[in-house]
Amino acid sequence: MKPSATETIQLPGTEEVHPDVALVARAREGDLQAFETLVRQYDRQVFRIAQHITQNKEDAEDVVQDAFLKAYEKLHQFQGNSKFYTWLVRIAVNESLMRLRKRRTGKMVSIDEDVETEDGSMPRDLADWGPDPEQMYNQSELAEILRKTIQGLPPGFRVVFTLRDVEGLSTEETAQALGLSVPAVKSRLLRARLQLRERLSRYFRKKNGDGVQ
Amino acid sequence: MTCSEFMALLDDLFEDEVGGDLRADLDEHLRGCEHCFITMNTTRQTIEFYANRELYPLPDTLRERLEVAIMEKCRRC
Repeated sequence: MKPSATETIQLPGTEEVHPDVALVARAREGDLQAFETLVRQYDRQVFRIAQHITQNKEDAEDVVQDAFLKAYEKLHQFQGNSKFYTWLVRIAVNESLMRLRKRRTGKMVSIDEDVETEDGSMPRDLADWGPDPEQMYNQSELAEILRKTIQGLPPGFRVVFTLRDVEGLSTEETAQALGLSVPAVKSRLLRARLQLRERLSRYFRKKNGDGVQ
Repeated sequence: MTCSEFMALLDDLFEDEVGGDLRADLDEHLRGCEHCFITMNTTRQTIEFYANRELYPLPDTLRERLEVAIMEKCRRC
């Protein structure tokens, strides 16, 4: 099935047009090379998002394939009122949550999981960190600590933090990609950041009790 | 300003989206609250740790394999 080319995405005018718009238009007309360019442009990001959410490499590989295939099949549904990347991220997040659900053998997994019941908008651990946590660990130890720490966040926090702080989407784009309101994204982001900070404090806090307790 | 009010504005502060009287209130709170000062700094460091590191790189060989598989599936659509 080739994507339909009947819908206009956006006509080049006086406003600056994102280069993806032309690639999407060509891909809709069946230009596979244009779609391949989009794949090469965003596959690393989709893989990273999928790994962050599923915490499983094989699942992340499957998500990359399924997300791009789904995007290709649904290209005619892309309205062009958001960036192509934001639209793709939404597909990738849904595919990732589906994989996570399968792995948990049917246990409900959604971006709302565990986020409504926890307050956590105020920090509990008041410890300051050492002057340079990066000198306390080598790069691979540090990466392992960061991976382990984010793994412990509920998916609803993990996904917001990943899109906003790892991928650098704006609050509005994150809200659009997740189907959440801007205040909901802000609230989850705060709690995600504070939880991560608190968990990282176990590794980075000042030694000899010279932090604020 | 209370600590809760300060925390609620932390993202806006990081994004430099507060100005005027509100910014002055935030600064005043920070001067008098070591707890919020530490939390702000360590939270900023937390964000930087994750933003500046590639925790899940996609190896070239895997990337190539995935791209071939994706395009093959698209061709069959």
